[in-house]
Amino acid sequence: MTRDSDPKRTRRSRNNVLGLLLAAFVILVFAISIVKMN
Amino acid sequence: MTKQAHPQPRSSHGAQPDAVRAPAGGVLAPADWRDFFALTKPRVMSLVIFTGLCGLLAAPERIHPILAFTAILCIAVGAGGAAALNQWWEADIDAGMKRTAARPLPQGRVTRSDARDFGVLISGGSVVLMGLAVGWLAAAILFVSIIYYAVVYTIWLKPRTPQNIVIGGGAGAFPPLIGWVAATGEITLMPVLLFLIIFFWTPPHFWALALFVQADYAKVGIPMMPVVAGEKSTRRQILAYAVLLLPLSVLPWWIGGAGVIYGASAMVLSLAFLALSVRVGLRERSGPEDSMRPEKQLFGYSVIYLFALFAALVADRFLPL
Repeated sequence: MTRDSDPKRTRRSRNNVLGLLLAAFVILVFAISIVKMN
Repeated sequence: MTKQAHPQPRSSHGAQPDAVRAPAGGVLAPADWRDFFALTKPRVMSLVIFTGLCGLLAAPERIHPILAFTAILCIAVGAGGAAALNQWWEADIDAGMKRTAARPLPQGRVTRSDARDFGVLISGGSVVLMGLAVGWLAAAILFVSIIYYAVVYTIWLKPRTPQNIVIGGGAGAFPPLIGWVAATGEITLMPVLLFLIIFFWTPPHFWALALFVQADYAKVGIPMMPVVAGEKSTRRQILAYAVLLLPLSVLPWWIGGAGVIYGASAMVLSLAFLALSVRVGLRERSGPEDSMRPEKQLFGYSVIYLFALFAALVADRFLPL
């Protein structure tokens, strides 16, 4: 596993992954809400 | 079990400041997302996901696929959180063992407080999401499993008793029980049997590993069975657990909870497990240069055994025979 030596790039990539995970979580909560309502 | 004095582990938790990443320029480098991912012990998580999914699929009731996905996600994330808390507590011990020295905490790629916060956050989140989306009984068992692994096993048992693996094995035995309860909403004999199968599988699995890495455990003062009770006793106990596992693994078929596909698979797989355990149980290390091949084979097969046994359980549910 290679790692970025540049702190800025590391932070950016970490923020991107966190953003994607949060978006996925919001979609999951929406999906669960719809299932629960039916 | 003979109680013997053993050295105290080197878990000087809290005695050292958080590890920091200070590169040449003196600026603290942020932890990579892959370091946090590594904290969740992804390889262990794969077995947790698999057994949890099998418990869910083998259950007699079905839940909506979105809820089933959420249940498995919560089991996986809960296990990952417990693994992060385990590494937070054992950072010093991990640093002293070849097998674990490359983990993010001993390498200083993640700070101790970050690992602790990450573990608490995702563990707590997984329990709450499980409760709200799937059911509070499944969430309660998930909560118990996280506490069992992170506190009862990691903090209390592991540094104190050579039976740590036996009692701590319960932590890894929870996923199929949680999966089953997520689907049915109740605890019956079948998921308890699945729990017991993993519970009795864990000691021979870990002790086979401990036999060929015991120098590492001795170095850091973890009282693993080969270190405290000796190799001979450990080998006999591996054999004893393998003997017990044979009838236990067939029991789901015998009580009518699983069909003939599972019953036949369990018999064949467990007999092979027993055969490999007999080789380990009845031999002695030939010397310091011993390759420990039978022990490595038993360890490798034990992983395949559990995957195959639970796959057979699911196949039995879905294949008409």
